[in-house]
Amino acid sequence: MEVAESGTFERVVEVLRPFRKNEAPIERGSDLADDLRLDSLAVMDLMMELEERFDITIPLNAVPEIRTVGDLADFVAKQKAEG
Amino acid sequence: MGLFDRFKGLKAAHSAAKSCGDDPFAIRMDEVLSPTEAMIEGRHTILAGTNNYLGLTFEQSCVDASAEAVRTHGTGTTGSRVANGSYAGHKALEDSVAEFFGRKHAMVFTTGYQANLGIIATLAGPQDYLIIDSDSHASIYDATRLSSATVLRFKHNDPDDLDRRLSKLGNEAVNKVIVVEGIYSMRGDIAPLAEFAAVKRKHGAYLVVDEAHSMGVMGDTGRGAAEFYGVEGDVDFVVGTFSKSLGAIGGYCVSDHPEFDILRVACRPYMFTASLPPSIVASVAASLEVMKARPALRDDLWANVNQLYGTLQRRGFVLGPHKSPVVAVHLPDPATAIQVWHELLLAGVYVNLTLPPATPNNVALLRCSVCAAHTSEQLAIVADRLTEIAERHGVIGGTMRMAAAG
Repeated sequence: MEVAESGTFERVVEVLRPFRKNEAPIERGSDLADDLRLDSLAVMDLMMELEERFDITIPLNAVPEIRTVGDLADFVAKQKAEG
Repeated sequence: MGLFDRFKGLKAAHSAAKSCGDDPFAIRMDEVLSPTEAMIEGRHTILAGTNNYLGLTFEQSCVDASAEAVRTHGTGTTGSRVANGSYAGHKALEDSVAEFFGRKHAMVFTTGYQANLGIIATLAGPQDYLIIDSDSHASIYDATRLSSATVLRFKHNDPDDLDRRLSKLGNEAVNKVIVVEGIYSMRGDIAPLAEFAAVKRKHGAYLVVDEAHSMGVMGDTGRGAAEFYGVEGDVDFVVGTFSKSLGAIGGYCVSDHPEFDILRVACRPYMFTASLPPSIVASVAASLEVMKARPALRDDLWANVNQLYGTLQRRGFVLGPHKSPVVAVHLPDPATAIQVWHELLLAGVYVNLTLPPATPNNVALLRCSVCAAHTSEQLAIVADRLTEIAERHGVIGGTMRMAAAG
């Protein structure tokens, strides 16, 4: 998977910040569930917010594969590139 | 790593809910006295959380038909329709359901959950899109996991958002299956089906409407939200349940699609489960007749809805956005909701406690469901006791603790 340009990563982190359930630092390797404590519902809401902000589509089928913030940023970048 | 370690968060939330002294998710009714009353922990309790919208669970003709069927045909079918054969009653019930909806085909399932699971998962294939409302019932979400289609969500009850998402898919020659519900089970809000139907037509998509909470409740003849909005012709598949207005259990799907019957040998939740027992088939067939013969039941129901919704609204409660038989009272947080729910139970009123993640937008709700058989006095007691307890907890009156909810 290609690596998201840094601008995309920063913007994803910005969208993600209010969804995490603790004050853990948000890094590429941070696990959405284990490190940032997002429950399944928060993940769904986050995906919808990202779809809106980036004007992309994130199929539900893709969500289980997205475990870390890096995965998420890469996926957003890929969807953006595909238009 | 223990087998159940991943449920730690769930366990903590459940423990918090149980800390009030009762388990809100394991209430035991020792004796059910009528559609609206039961004995719970020795207390005579008004039931306002049953989904028994028309109050037909003790209807004499349904009870008699059910008792007669169990004596004549036995206690169960002991097998699936496909592998072990149908009873004449299954086919007759399918004919009755199809006729009621004015459709060519009907399939009956063992539960409403399985109807959604089976139909939605089977309709869309690997090249297709399933596009569901974000507030969809768990059975719809579970169907998307069983399906091989690409699954997209649109914003709850937002036809413009659906339109945008469909537009992004372009003109690919793939099937697009939209899934919405007539009345949403948690907040009781109603789908704008006329607008959804227009979007569906524009994009050449299929439309599935789950009328679980709206059958018997909306429309001139009780066919649901699509009938109410006059868009039945745009609905390709109607799914629903026998467990609410019809007072039993089971699910159905009706359609005019000419190839509908192939689903009987493709739809796994239909094929690989035991069929409805004769007693249930008989009571559902009977309650369908009662529902058709007595449209006044719907008038009674809506008069009751107006009373409960209107009273609670005047007293300052934050409620779901639409008047419907699901009256959702918003509470400021789960802890308060748990306390108010429990005190209400001790005061002889049973409603449903619904907490995130089962609720949308992380809200805590006391979900009341209204029944045609509720008396005006019963609903006054429900409203009065809820008001008194909620005031004591500062939910209404004095300073509103409620932030703008949902």
